Amino acid sequence: MGAPLIGARVERKEDYRFLTGAGQYTDDVELPRQSYAVFVRSPHAHAILKKISLDQARKAPGFIAAYTGEDFAAAKLGGLPCGWLITDVNGQPMKEPPHPCLAQGKVRHVGDQVAIVIAETSAQARDAAELVAVDYKVLPAVVDGAKARAKGAPQLHDIAPDNTCYVWAIGDKAVADAAFAKAAHVTKLEFINNRLIPNAMEPRVANGAYSRADDSYTLYVASQNPHVERLLMTAFVMGLPEHKVRVVAGDVGGGFGSKIYLYAEDVAVTWAAKQVNRPVKWTSDRSEAFLTDAHGRDHHTVAELAMDKDGKFLAMRVKTTANVGAYLSTFASCVPTILYATLLAGQYKTPVIHCEVTAVFTNTTPVDAYRGAGRPEATYVVERLVETAAREMKLDPAEIRRRNFITEFPYQTPVALQYDIGDYNATMDAAQQLADVAGFSKRKEESVKKGKLRGLGYAAYIEACGIAPSAVAGSLGARAGLFEAGEVRVHPTGSVTVFTGSHSHGQGHETTFAQVVADRLGIGIDSVDIVHGDTSKVLFGMGTYGSRSIAVGGTAIVKALDKIVAKGKKIAAHLLEAAETDVVYDRGIYKVAGTDKQKTFGEVAFAAYVPHNYPHDKLEPGLNENAFYDPANFTFPAGTYVCEVEVDPETGVVKIDKFTAVDDFGKIINPMIVEGQVHGGLTQGIGQALTESCQYDATGQLLTGSFMDYCLPRATDVPFYQVDTRETPCTHNPLGVKGCGEAGAIGAPAALMNAITDALGVKDMPMPATPQAVWKVLNNKQAA
Amino acid sequence: MHAFKYHRPSSVKAAAALAKGEAKLLAGGQTLVQTMKLRLASPSDIIDLGALQDLAGIQSDGKTVTIGAMTRHADVAHSAEVKKTIPALAALAGMIGDRQVRAMGTIGGSLANNDPAADYPAAVLGMGATVITNKRKLSPDEFFKGMFTTALAADEIITAVSFPAPKRAAYIKFKNPASRFAIVGVFVADFGSSVRVAVTGAGPVVFRQAEMEKALAAKFAPESVANIKVKQDGLNSDLHASAEYRAHLVTVMAKRAVEAALK
Ligand SMILES: Cc1cc2nc3c(=O)[nH]c(=O)nc-3n(C[C@H](O)[C@H](O)[C@H](O)COP(=O)(O)OP(=O)(O)OC[C@H]3O[C@@H](n4cnc5c(N)ncnc54)[C@H](O)[C@@H]3O)c2cc1C
Repeated sequence: MGAPLIGARVERKEDYRFLTGAGQYTDDVELPRQSYAVFVRSPHAHAILKKISLDQARKAPGFIAAYTGEDFAAAKLGGLPCGWLITDVNGQPMKEPPHPCLAQGKVRHVGDQVAIVIAETSAQARDAAELVAVDYKVLPAVVDGAKARAKGAPQLHDIAPDNTCYVWAIGDKAVADAAFAKAAHVTKLEFINNRLIPNAMEPRVANGAYSRADDSYTLYVASQNPHVERLLMTAFVMGLPEHKVRVVAGDVGGGFGSKIYLYAEDVAVTWAAKQVNRPVKWTSDRSEAFLTDAHGRDHHTVAELAMDKDGKFLAMRVKTTANVGAYLSTFASCVPTILYATLLAGQYKTPVIHCEVTAVFTNTTPVDAYRGAGRPEATYVVERLVETAAREMKLDPAEIRRRNFITEFPYQTPVALQYDIGDYNATMDAAQQLADVAGFSKRKEESVKKGKLRGLGYAAYIEACGIAPSAVAGSLGARAGLFEAGEVRVHPTGSVTVFTGSHSHGQGHETTFAQVVADRLGIGIDSVDIVHGDTSKVLFGMGTYGSRSIAVGGTAIVKALDKIVAKGKKIAAHLLEAAETDVVYDRGIYKVAGTDKQKTFGEVAFAAYVPHNYPHDKLEPGLNENAFYDPANFTFPAGTYVCEVEVDPETGVVKIDKFTAVDDFGKIINPMIVEGQVHGGLTQGIGQALTESCQYDATGQLLTGSFMDYCLPRATDVPFYQVDTRETPCTHNPLGVKGCGEAGAIGAPAALMNAITDALGVKDMPMPATPQAVWKVLNNKQAA
Repeated sequence: MHAFKYHRPSSVKAAAALAKGEAKLLAGGQTLVQTMKLRLASPSDIIDLGALQDLAGIQSDGKTVTIGAMTRHADVAHSAEVKKTIPALAALAGMIGDRQVRAMGTIGGSLANNDPAADYPAAVLGMGATVITNKRKLSPDEFFKGMFTTALAADEIITAVSFPAPKRAAYIKFKNPASRFAIVGVFVADFGSSVRVAVTGAGPVVFRQAEMEKALAAKFAPESVANIKVKQDGLNSDLHASAEYRAHLVTVMAKRAVEAALK
């Protein structure tokens, strides 16, 4: 029947809908008697809320209702929870200050929610919101993570002295120190991993509705994981039973992590919908998005690598201050710890690693997972150190890596993870060839003739996807399971609807997952639909983040498919009057081995729903199966990136001349979609290294609050990428897949900054390497 | 956006009569509509100049190019007349913003707005163009007053701008990486008997660089300006470029503009 689909460049099924404007985004949802909400937000980074007066707002045309933190407190609405408990080095749980949906007593960052105003139209809600009078007593603010613990720094939360959420560590410090003591060479770097603002194309939207008929709520929301949203909102904030709340996240226009979290606005519109007995919709504008979507990164790090005389790595020491912003966002606590320090082994046999992370509160937007979440920060530490070490020891940067590559698997790192498989020399070899590293010196000569500087940099990254298993994550502090669920519903004529707990917001699941299903069942891809994003349709799900969808969500579907095929076999055996053990399933057809007796998948499905001739004594009718899959381990995509830049020393402008990425994502379902994910990831990584920089002034005002000042990379900022893959199939999932969503953003910054520092002939270069920053570094070098 | 009254007058005279109090003229809307959406501006009345056909269009006699105030950036960029007579001006218009902005934005709106980082002011000052309004004709020195300020009265409407064609000219722009406005833009025009060098983006308002003009008048070559150090006093300083960096870029852009003009 169907041709093999796994590995095929199938065009995306969802694109017709998106490209013809038929997508159904949350803002497209207009309910009967719709009302509109606007949030009054703090213009100050840190202030005491003295008085809020709604009197004038109430008189505005179209006004329906307005609520403040006091109303939420009176209604006993809880604060927003954090989903991961980190334990401090002294054995204490991290400090979890209250995170009220609407500010109570104090505001702690510009954009903090102060009141919700609901009106007949969104323009009227805006007008009314402008009439809300708030009396603030402005307090001094602290914005820089490195200064948050300084003596006399403004204090954000009473329960977190010195603005400290936790000090956490991994690894054996004494053993690491001993290794450093006998090192032949130590390379040390200090840098900032710059704060980023996510900027998904679709801003956040939430539309809450309440039904008096059955006392139930529906929340339409631009979310990456509707079931988690429902769980957190019902169990931890609103005190509602889950069966009374439906969360729908239809088409979502990008997330990059920023739509994983439960946000205050989601709770507020849901709760308010019952108060006003009308649906309440809030649509973020871009300015609000800059101020309130969880930001990414923001680490200050000192890192050291100890080596013997041959460049063999002996130990690594890392000290990081992570700025988590004003409150703990949903997964803020695990990003700079569990998702960061555990990746510090990189692709190398470094025997001892010690890392200490201090998480601090500041008067800035909360920081949480952003494409890569911890792994870009870790890769930046490891790969900047390794490249710098090679230069200091006069070793070829590829050679120093090869000397230290892990070559035997499984490999237990000193920082908790166990890599199941990989071949780092293979991706390095391929990348060096594709990038024509051999021709670099010639290209450099050409650049010099033009008065330009040329540099080349590597990054050999590793990352961990599909965070798992639940039991281990739980022991590390996770407050959620990390499995995925899938359901395969075969219809009477053999077409299939698959329900997945993964969520697609640009990744192309409707195609990739359909390829897996069609391929495994041997049916046409047009006979398969993938459904996601609705808690009333999908039985459960943990959503999409951490490049987990195919490895975890895809596997759950495969497990359900296996059950379908097995049940079908029993039905076929009955229909064919054969022993079950003699029936084989081959690309859509049940056959009795060694005979020409057969039944198609459709015929078997029909028999399951019209069970006239059916093994009723052994089987229930119907063909519908679900599966929950809790992986045995993470998956470990890895690869080598090579970046080549040309710098104009007169202006400081960096041009990326070549960017080569060779990734090992295990088995690949759809190479076209994977390339798209790599291109997007690389572009975001390049954005971090070259153009994007979230900046606050000392009072906590966001200076880069729009695209006039916050520079997302554009098509002309990036080169035509050269991408390829190598394959070591994952050993512990049936598809052999690893995940590809974040790799580009993880590996690109280090490769680019290694290339720039090579071109400039300097050790340090802060991100982003804007023209002014590069020019300054060159000037300082000349002056020195 | 706040509510406002919308007018679409059919003559400049009618438009000028409406332009009083909190009313605002609307050209391409690429500045005004944004500020209204952000509620930074809330005019009582909008006077759309879109129906004034005689304000749009380009005329050239080979010595002078006259561009109507409502002419879109894209039309200037693609105009065969402009490309032939003052290619540097067509190139400048093609560097403004993005496709959508160029399709809507107008030369009159850009000059009336007088953003310190806008491109057209460099051409107007760099060529000593004449700004023509419904009331008078203004030299660039009279027209550009300071940051976002011009000599225009509330009911004064730019109708056209008249550019004398230089022997050769070029505009080089160092773009703000985020907004793509000019961090520094230098327009160099050689009129044979004199040379003009106008700098936008670097200061609060477009200005001429006398030292460079003198050096280029003596010898129109890149090396004439390559070593002229520009003082950073009074230059803009922001996230993207310090005054020191801007001063340095003025020299680099001027040198490159001369190179380009000679090509
Ligand atoms: C994304 C973006 C990027 C941009 N990039 C650049 C860039 O790189 N370089 C650059 O130079 N500009 C740039 N601009 C600005 C653009 O060129 C606008 O066209 C210009 O600033 C205003 O022209 P407008 O026709 O849109 O005027 P409007 O926005 O309609 O009006 C601007 C002001 O001028 C007044 N006005 C308009 N016409 C007249 C007239 N005939 N007489 C008197 N007053 C008048 C209006 O009342 C208003 O106060 C950019 C704009 C955007 C949105």
